[in-house]
Amino acid sequence: MTFINYASREINCKIVYYGPGLCGKTTNLQYIFDSTAPQARGKLISLATETDRTLFFDFMPLELGTVRGFKTRFHLYTVPGQVFYDASRKLILKGVDGVVFVADSQEERMDANIESLYNLEENLRSQGYDLLKIPYVLQLNKRDLGNIVTVDDLAAELQRKGEPVIEAVAATGAGVFDTLKAVAKQVLTELRKG
Amino acid sequence: MDASAKVVFLVDKDGQEIASQGEVGNLDTTSLASLAAGNVAATGGMAALIGEKEFPTLSHEGEKESIHISVVGRLLLVVVFDDRSSLGLVKLRSKQVSQQLAKMIEEITSNGDLDDPDSPFAGITDEDIDSLFT
Repeated sequence: MTFINYASREINCKIVYYGPGLCGKTTNLQYIFDSTAPQARGKLISLATETDRTLFFDFMPLELGTVRGFKTRFHLYTVPGQVFYDASRKLILKGVDGVVFVADSQEERMDANIESLYNLEENLRSQGYDLLKIPYVLQLNKRDLGNIVTVDDLAAELQRKGEPVIEAVAATGAGVFDTLKAVAKQVLTELRKG
Repeated sequence: MDASAKVVFLVDKDGQEIASQGEVGNLDTTSLASLAAGNVAATGGMAALIGEKEFPTLSHEGEKESIHISVVGRLLLVVVFDDRSSLGLVKLRSKQVSQQLAKMIEEITSNGDLDDPDSPFAGITDEDIDSLFT
């Protein structure tokens, strides 16, 4: 739920990056962190294992600017992608305003994408949300690799409701801000509806 | 709250900071709020697994600085304190103030004061939104 603080005139929105293990969720956040002016963002907090796999979540606050006199701040979170961290994924979806599903475009990760997307729908439902109703973007990551599935095939398999589909190479930043912009716009449009 | 605490925060369970008071200084309050909520959510998950509803208080004691968190309905009262205070005193004061807070929240909720005032966002235009990204 978008958190509006009338006293400090701030809108705080929570965006969660979801997807299978090693699909590039943390890489998306890392790129945003590296390419944003320090005054517009806070620290990138990573709760990771010793081998740099996300253990609980990554978190980064990002300030975009002012709308109608209210500062808009986006709190970006990632979930741990590995299957056995499901309990943590559920918790991170609490209070979510928008979701980015980061799909791994490699052929051999197709099953992992499908499994993770089902898991997202189920975990959203358990928190009282419906994937078909919340702001949502599908990012097709790793488009620079050789063994990738075509955009049409990925969309046919993973697109749920006509959501924006954005091709990306998170490691170089291609498509990263387009993805953030697409989900942020939907979240702010929801605000307008009240 | 006279607990000789360093900083006190009110945070919602989703990790949004609502208010802070005390020696905030350079403390990264946004991250602290998010991590406190994550901490409560994780221990709440553990509580559910062993058949408890939730763990209403959490304490973390460091060498110099410590944190005490109380769950007050949908809010968290987060107290940061050092050796000028003690865990016992912070626990006592937190419990007292939690009861007052719970009463205040109940009053506000029952008065319907949580209803949105006229939303300033109803008139947001596509241009307003686009301007954030240029």
